[in-house]
Amino acid sequence: MEQPSPPETAAACHEDLLEAIAIRGDRAAFAELFGHFAPRLKSYLLRLGADAATAEEVVQESMLTVWRKAASFDRRQAGAGTWIFTITRNKRIDRLRRERRPEYDPNDPALIPNRPEDADQTVWSTQIEARMRVAIDNLPPEQSDLIRRAYFEELSHREIAERSGLPLGTVKSRIRLAMQRLRERIDGLD
Amino acid sequence: MTDTTPVFHLEPEVLLAYSAGSLDEANSVLTATHLALCPRCRHEVARLDAVGGILTTQLAPTALASDALTAVLARLDEVPSPVEDKVAAAIDDETRHWVPEPLRHYIGTSLSALPWKRRGFAIHELPLSLGAGSVRASLIRTGGGAALPAHSHDGVETTLVLRGAFRDDSGRYARGDVSTATSADDHRPVADPDDECLCFSVIDGSLRLTGRFGRLLNPFIRI
Repeated sequence: MEQPSPPETAAACHEDLLEAIAIRGDRAAFAELFGHFAPRLKSYLLRLGADAATAEEVVQESMLTVWRKAASFDRRQAGAGTWIFTITRNKRIDRLRRERRPEYDPNDPALIPNRPEDADQTVWSTQIEARMRVAIDNLPPEQSDLIRRAYFEELSHREIAERSGLPLGTVKSRIRLAMQRLRERIDGLD
Repeated sequence: MTDTTPVFHLEPEVLLAYSAGSLDEANSVLTATHLALCPRCRHEVARLDAVGGILTTQLAPTALASDALTAVLARLDEVPSPVEDKVAAAIDDETRHWVPEPLRHYIGTSLSALPWKRRGFAIHELPLSLGAGSVRASLIRTGGGAALPAHSHDGVETTLVLRGAFRDDSGRYARGDVSTATSADDHRPVADPDDECLCFSVIDGSLRLTGRFGRLLNPFIRI
């Protein structure tokens, strides 16, 4: 079901395509991004229980937002796949749950800025993303299963505990262990 | 205001649910507002979003309708309908200072203009209609040194401090800190004496007041 991670050169390419849209309204770049991401976003929406027609509409709306907001994409903050995922996630909340997606405003004067010592941590890169793919692939099955269920079944840790018959404490500690491992892979290594 | 970063954070499972998009709206508002005050949790959520992005792009593709790309390309030049930006100008500096986005947007006006409800000596509450079902979201404002009624609840109570500080048997909570109390806790928070305390609180499940004072207040605080 899951595919092997694409090579890193392909991932770097997606960031270039987003910037081509932002800089010169490059329709060919958009078509290429659409070809790669739209069918995967549709799978994501179907996994979360959308019917085919709604999934198709949300994918189209998401990709339209990708086109319109490409100028706000910043490859130092997130990879292309992550940025597009968050757009589709938010469209889905808006459309299927009929709720707003509250997010902080990075330009809010009330926001407490990153400390200087955090600066290194806040620069995203394709190298970090590649490390993260490896880290996810290497999670023990019981941890990776819980993370996937959180993203693809819209289950809270309480619901996962109820449905799997696992004690709540076990679910919590497995999620925390998984997050700890990912953190170590991303922050702890050069 | 000192820009110290928070000591008490949201639970990792809550950050995961926020990133996955499965957290209810009231708890999402609280989470996002904590993120505005907490570089550490912002970083954690960025990492979790990357997990979501990687997992999603690893999914096997599902074919779209054959004309899907053509349909979207035809819409690229549409002018998006403007997003209404209500009331932004009506919010005063005090509110902008103490209440970060996105909570400020949900409140929609200045703190002093809100219809606060009195809940006892030096305690005011503003219930916010946010989310559905048994989730109860509200702003709570207390005078310096005021004690909140002792209470416990069926679900989880999450409290984000926006101004001032309070202390309970688990520690001292200041601006940006999050206190997470479960049904097992029966606590009695007391605000620091030197400043008023402003908090945003979300309770899953119903609230039960436990102390003598609590029973007195119960008719006013019930959902």
